[in-house]
Amino acid sequence: MDLVWELLIILLKIVVVVLLFAFPIGSLMTLLGDRKQSSLIQNRIGPNRARLPGINHPLVGIPHFLADGLKMIFKEDIIPRQANRFWHTLAPAISLFPAIALWAVIPFSDHYCTGTATMVDYRDVCVDGAFYNLFSISNLEAGLLYVFAISAVSVYGAAIAGWASNSKFSLLGGLRSSAQMISYEVTMGLSLAGILIIYGTLNLNEMVVVQGQLLWDWLPMWGIVVQPLAFFLFLAAMMAETKRAPFDVPEGESEIVAGYFTEFSSMKFAVIQLSEYVATVFVGSLVSTVFLGGWQVPWLYGDGFYFGNTDEPSIPLPYWLVIVLRVGSFSIKTLFILWLQFMLRWTLPRFRYDQIMTLGWKILLPLSLANLVITAFVVLVLL
Amino acid sequence: MGAETIFFFLFGGGAILSTLGVLLSRNPINSAISLVVSFFFLAGIYAMLSAHLNAIMQIMVYAGAIMVLFVFVLMLLNFGDEEHEKPRLNPTQIISLLVGAALLIAMFSAATAFVDGSRQVFHPSMPPGFGGVEAIGHALLTSYVLPFEMAAVLLLVGIVGAVVVAKRRF
Amino acid sequence: MIDYVAILMLGLVGVAMCATVVALSVLFGPRNPSRWKGTAYESGSEPFGDARIRLDVKYYMIAISFIMFDVEAVFLLPWAVVAKDYGAYGFVVAMVFVTILVVGLVYEWQKGGLEWD
Repeated sequence: MDLVWELLIILLKIVVVVLLFAFPIGSLMTLLGDRKQSSLIQNRIGPNRARLPGINHPLVGIPHFLADGLKMIFKEDIIPRQANRFWHTLAPAISLFPAIALWAVIPFSDHYCTGTATMVDYRDVCVDGAFYNLFSISNLEAGLLYVFAISAVSVYGAAIAGWASNSKFSLLGGLRSSAQMISYEVTMGLSLAGILIIYGTLNLNEMVVVQGQLLWDWLPMWGIVVQPLAFFLFLAAMMAETKRAPFDVPEGESEIVAGYFTEFSSMKFAVIQLSEYVATVFVGSLVSTVFLGGWQVPWLYGDGFYFGNTDEPSIPLPYWLVIVLRVGSFSIKTLFILWLQFMLRWTLPRFRYDQIMTLGWKILLPLSLANLVITAFVVLVLL
Repeated sequence: MGAETIFFFLFGGGAILSTLGVLLSRNPINSAISLVVSFFFLAGIYAMLSAHLNAIMQIMVYAGAIMVLFVFVLMLLNFGDEEHEKPRLNPTQIISLLVGAALLIAMFSAATAFVDGSRQVFHPSMPPGFGGVEAIGHALLTSYVLPFEMAAVLLLVGIVGAVVVAKRRF
Repeated sequence: MIDYVAILMLGLVGVAMCATVVALSVLFGPRNPSRWKGTAYESGSEPFGDARIRLDVKYYMIAISFIMFDVEAVFLLPWAVVAKDYGAYGFVVAMVFVTILVVGLVYEWQKGGLEWD
């Protein structure tokens, strides 16, 4: 295919994924979860005042969030006198950048088949054509490692923000956040080692394809089915990575005001918030990709639903409908994990800092090592 | 000039500039972040050399783990912006300058040996999957089993060393 | 190679977005600095002392343990991907590796390197 054409497609994918998926869902759903869902759980009304012009209805507070975002632009950007101006200005960008870059490897649907798609051995095959990567920005071979690498770099955002402010609360928040993030990164990597033994690949799209296999001809081999313990370990580790409740000691308002972004105002504050929101949505999409079958719809393959061990689809469907169903399935799973995170967030009380460290190093890390050993052993025995 | 050459000079130039930033900036945090940026450019060069796993490891281990320790230590030791005196040359620095210059000349001559025409640029054909995760996994389990296990011993020594050094203050 | 180009382009888009949002507030935000606005927030009282206090060595301990176990994960992930092809031999090799590191973890635990008081 022509190079210019290919670059244009990539640009289109980036715009759709980042500007139409990650950011709107990130800010809207997270604000909804943060403010409206919390108000429901805590028996309050929540944001209900702002109105869109001409519509006399609170619309579950959505106009409120838009107004907040707009307001931020017109607020004064205050840089404390003792702060390091250069890094204070750059810190929000340093935290937003990894949150955007992470989205590169998430597959929203299977590679597009230019010929006729059908199913052999519970995976799509493309007859008279080839697969073309149309639904993930980059089909990187080591996609999962890329995610680990970029989230390892996202430690700097908070650390630099805290350091550059040169305020006591900020510095404590920055240190707490970086120590917490690196503690849980170990679990993040090791808890997935077990699932890698089973899937045998690091490419995220290939991982989802493997999850289309059926156990005993009826049970989809989703990650949560074959690695239930790893699911909980990974979800806990990822939630700690986003620095939100119950792991929100880096910004715990009853202890250190707002933690590492105490000294940030206006759009800089908004950008730090936004990067956390986008990271929260990313947790949803990554967990659903690795553990909930990603874009897989159970028993749906390239040309329709297959119930039981048949060669012909039981319910044939056109290819475009299959794609729509898959993208929809991926989005719903992502939203489900997002919802789950908010429920946990507003149900559990905040951990103490020593409890966070104990949980990370003394409970999750040994458990993920045990999970790895047991998985390796079981796979060895079964094969 | 192909796209690959352009990217090579882009990444190479970026790596050199950011490494100079490490050396020349007065503020230790500036140096640390310049080093992180330089690792990113290096990762780009690795990726162009088909060392796919290396490229990602460069970011994951160096930029994401080791430099975090550096930033911690910088915060731990509490360097201010202005605490540094103007550097003066002492004998150790003169010797290291000389050694550095000698190394630079040696590397430069080795690199130019390939472009003077007498020796052809080496274009090996790579097996499919070269530099990928699976290739390295196979290599670790066949030819490099001993180094693989020794790496564990090395890490064990690292943990023990860290505990021994830090324990004095516990 | 196109996959790396895509990542590079996403990176550029990311940089552009970061620059835009920060520039927005610089362009539209008011700017009236005052002496008290520029002070660090310390719950309303006047800031005292330097914020850059020396920090506890336990942060250093956490960071160094993180490097160790992160590198361990880096070695284990390529093994995990190909583990199925090697059967019992691969299992034994990895178990020796994990055991050595578990010894390290137990040692650190026993010596109190993971305590956070």
